Amino acid sequence: MIFEGKVWLFGDNIDTDAIIAARYLSTYDPAELAEHLMEDIKPDFAGLVSSGDIIVAGNNFGCGSSREHAPLAIKGAGVSCVIARSFARIFFRNAINIGLPILECPDDLSHLQSGEDRLQVNLDEGLITHLQTGDFYKSAPFPPFMQEIISRGGLVEYVMLRIENER
Amino acid sequence: MSNSNESTMIEKILAAHADKDKVAPGDLVNARVDLALGNDITAPVAIREFMRFGLDKVFDPDKIVLVPDHFTPNKDIASAEQAVALRSFAKQYAIKNYFEVGRMGIEHALLPEQGLVWPEMLIIGADSHTCTYGALGAFSTGVGSTDLAAAMAIGEAWFKVPPTMRFEYEGKLPPYVGGKDLILYTIGHIGVDGARYRAMEFVGSAVDNLSMDGRLTMANMAVEAGGKCGYIQPDEITFEYLKGRLAGDYTAVYSDRDASYEKIYKFDVSDLEPQIAFPSSPDNVRPVSEASGIDIQQVVIGSCTNGRIEDLRLAASVIKNKRVHPEVRLLIIPATQDIYLQAMEEGLLKTFIEAEAVVSTPTCGPCLGGHMGILARGEKALATTNRNFVGRMGHPESEVYLCNPAVAAASAVTGTIVDPKEVI
Repeated sequence: MIFEGKVWLFGDNIDTDAIIAARYLSTYDPAELAEHLMEDIKPDFAGLVSSGDIIVAGNNFGCGSSREHAPLAIKGAGVSCVIARSFARIFFRNAINIGLPILECPDDLSHLQSGEDRLQVNLDEGLITHLQTGDFYKSAPFPPFMQEIISRGGLVEYVMLRIENER
Repeated sequence: MSNSNESTMIEKILAAHADKDKVAPGDLVNARVDLALGNDITAPVAIREFMRFGLDKVFDPDKIVLVPDHFTPNKDIASAEQAVALRSFAKQYAIKNYFEVGRMGIEHALLPEQGLVWPEMLIIGADSHTCTYGALGAFSTGVGSTDLAAAMAIGEAWFKVPPTMRFEYEGKLPPYVGGKDLILYTIGHIGVDGARYRAMEFVGSAVDNLSMDGRLTMANMAVEAGGKCGYIQPDEITFEYLKGRLAGDYTAVYSDRDASYEKIYKFDVSDLEPQIAFPSSPDNVRPVSEASGIDIQQVVIGSCTNGRIEDLRLAASVIKNKRVHPEVRLLIIPATQDIYLQAMEEGLLKTFIEAEAVVSTPTCGPCLGGHMGILARGEKALATTNRNFVGRMGHPESEVYLCNPAVAAASAVTGTIVDPKEVI
């Protein structure tokens, strides 16, 4: 899978309350959630982000609450991929489980110009290329087991296959 | 990493549930789940995903727990609909551990109290504070809704075996300093990602002497350091707590003497002050002496972190025969119906109401900015809850400070953050 999109830059320790505030958790419709994506830390974000864009963040992205509404809101906004130096563990699971592409990239990408720079992401190779400068960055590969969940489209599809095999 | 056969408590529990002799940090395992938990926010998503499997039964209806505690009693029509989804699913799939309003409590206070948690269990919950049950010698961790859906279908979940960090707390804690202060101090020391993906083992004389309520508070906030779980190995206090709550037997497991730890922290806590987490991160921690004088408009005593009977006793002992400051709202939220009743029988609720506090039915409510005490722009709250992220309790320009129940009660009287020893 290859994505190209505009970069939106976020810092370290972006918590799931920041990604989607609890006051919007009385729905789990991705499109409705997307209208409030990052609202408390970047109020205009839902209006700025467009389909295919890429979120680039620092350490511990998605810390805090287990709400799957956070990756659902990101997916609902059409974000193609989240790249972070590291992810909080429940967010990491949730993203893999619902089929939201994520990449863990150890390089510091905080110099990128938010809302201006464009990246190309080759998910299978874990390769990130800056479309204007040609710089490239490598992300850590997922273990084969997780790659299988991702390639099937999520945990439900993965488990479904097992259930069908046992029938 | 040693090559001995020695393991931590967590490694033993994961190995046993994955039918392996031994596991090591970094191993990916598929493990049997003894209990799977969801609430009124996370379970509706899990139910939607579960329905895609097209199954007419769950893996084991007795191993699923559903607790409508976040936006209940229903705060609006949308949350009422989510509660219906939970209720209908519980009925359709014969899940007996569904706790209706009137019987429910905040999940992580409720499950141990109801005897649903014991040592050596493997528990997952679609709620990040599921790590609480490590206080009883279980491996328990927060997951998302889709993980819960899969576990409800097949009774298994995948795990990466975490490296373990050991935290040793030595010394006798001063008055008005407890489990909340130990964990806040720890998070302040290592940061909100200091134990990311790690198991946190809490040991030492200060932990040995903590009550079960204090231990539950410590394990509860392991996730605030990024931890996969936090745990305390079972001892007499654990066994005493479990007595009378459980129908069956259980086996306690322990870390071996030569178990491998990724890192060991040692803290002398004999002079520890009450700790305060400043806005807007649980690792922005300073001693109360550096917070004194900060004015507050709301105080919340409750939540899965500090809404247990001992927390209420402590708060009542501080506020007895005093009055809440005229410009402060004090909200007391007993975490379960049993705690509520106990607090009533002990006269604690009378103490609170005479002090002009509000006493609420059990709910997560204000802790996550749901309902029952939302902050306006510019307001500051002091809370015994677990998170103080931007906008956590209301308006994005409101602020939350975190503390223990004694500090909360004392500060509600003075209207500014204060060390309880200055109020007594």
